[in-house]
Amino acid sequence: MKSESLWYIFINASLINNFVLAYFLGICPFLGVSGKMETATKMGAAVTFVMIISSVCAYGIHALLVAINAPFLQLISYIVVIAATVQLVEMVIKKMSPALFRSLGIFLPLITTNCAILAVALFQTAKGYSFFGSLAFALGAGVGFTLALILMAGIREQLDFADVPKVVKGTVITLLVAGILSLTFMGFSGLGS
Amino acid sequence: MTPTKTTDLKAGPSSTDEFIKGLWRENPVFVQVLGMCPVLAVSNSAINALAMGLATAFVLIMSNILVSSLRNFIPKQVRIASYILIIATFVTMVDYAIQAISVDLHKNLGAFISLIVVNCLILSRAEAFASKNTIGKSALDALGMGLGFVFALFCLGAVREILGNGSIFGFMIFPESFQEWIIMILPAGGFFTLALWLFLFNNYKLKKAKA
Repeated sequence: MKSESLWYIFINASLINNFVLAYFLGICPFLGVSGKMETATKMGAAVTFVMIISSVCAYGIHALLVAINAPFLQLISYIVVIAATVQLVEMVIKKMSPALFRSLGIFLPLITTNCAILAVALFQTAKGYSFFGSLAFALGAGVGFTLALILMAGIREQLDFADVPKVVKGTVITLLVAGILSLTFMGFSGLGS
Repeated sequence: MTPTKTTDLKAGPSSTDEFIKGLWRENPVFVQVLGMCPVLAVSNSAINALAMGLATAFVLIMSNILVSSLRNFIPKQVRIASYILIIATFVTMVDYAIQAISVDLHKNLGAFISLIVVNCLILSRAEAFASKNTIGKSALDALGMGLGFVFALFCLGAVREILGNGSIFGFMIFPESFQEWIIMILPAGGFFTLALWLFLFNNYKLKKAKA
């Protein structure tokens, strides 16, 4: 456990145990905003940003909670920090790019309830990563999430031109594609070990 | 989230209707496609799926009741944050309770118990239903949705365990010579099984619409 290099933590979080395709975290935005490539890229960037900030905060909070001996507050304090970060990002995006704000729509506030972000905070605590380890983990998770989202968006843009039977249109075909993507990501297992 | 609003506008649906709709017509997983992450992640065996479903249902019911009873006291601007705090409190309770009941189960479900906090299903019921309805109705709604969620999780878990492991609840049901479909208990199998169930649901709906 201790011998894990930062590079390995990063690769592990982004490819080998991809958050979306291996841990099923962040499925809602994965299915929801993967329709267009442009939105997918920006959503990925927003999620990665929130992940890194909340990971840093979670590291501090964990140290504090251990110090005051109140581990049962962990979940509640993590979620509050994440909600605050999302609010911040929302305000920044609204100010910088109203068009992007509209295209992300309901999925922006829903980053709060994106399990991938809370999972980063929880996993890094459970695995006992150092400060930089946590940072590498959060970055890897964000990159992995963005990668899955972009791959999916690329496929779905092509799917729009395909003749899909009515009965599998929408969620069903998306899930099938996700399953196949997940299979290909299994090819990464064993990497770096 | 949207289908509920239309139901609310109708002239007072009966209490039983609030209960039934979550089980079938507005099933959270098969129809609304909410709360996907735990559905896919822990449905690799029937017992995990059932435990996860029950834990989620408990949190859903308790938080719906509390949100509904506090709906006149929570200022509109901070409502989402308040709901999340309420949900997080109940999840912490469930987390410790499961740890006390069965350490093995807690290990199997891992971080996914804590992740009930961010299950969109719970927050969406708090926002779309409990914040606007009486305590009794909210409790029934949560009970229906919760059972619908348990039902859906069980459907997935059972299929994946039977095909991927040749067993159900840990009992072997196939002869030794059965070649397990390992893929079904791997992540990809989760996507495929859910796609299969949604396909069946869509097929049924389309046939019904035609008839």
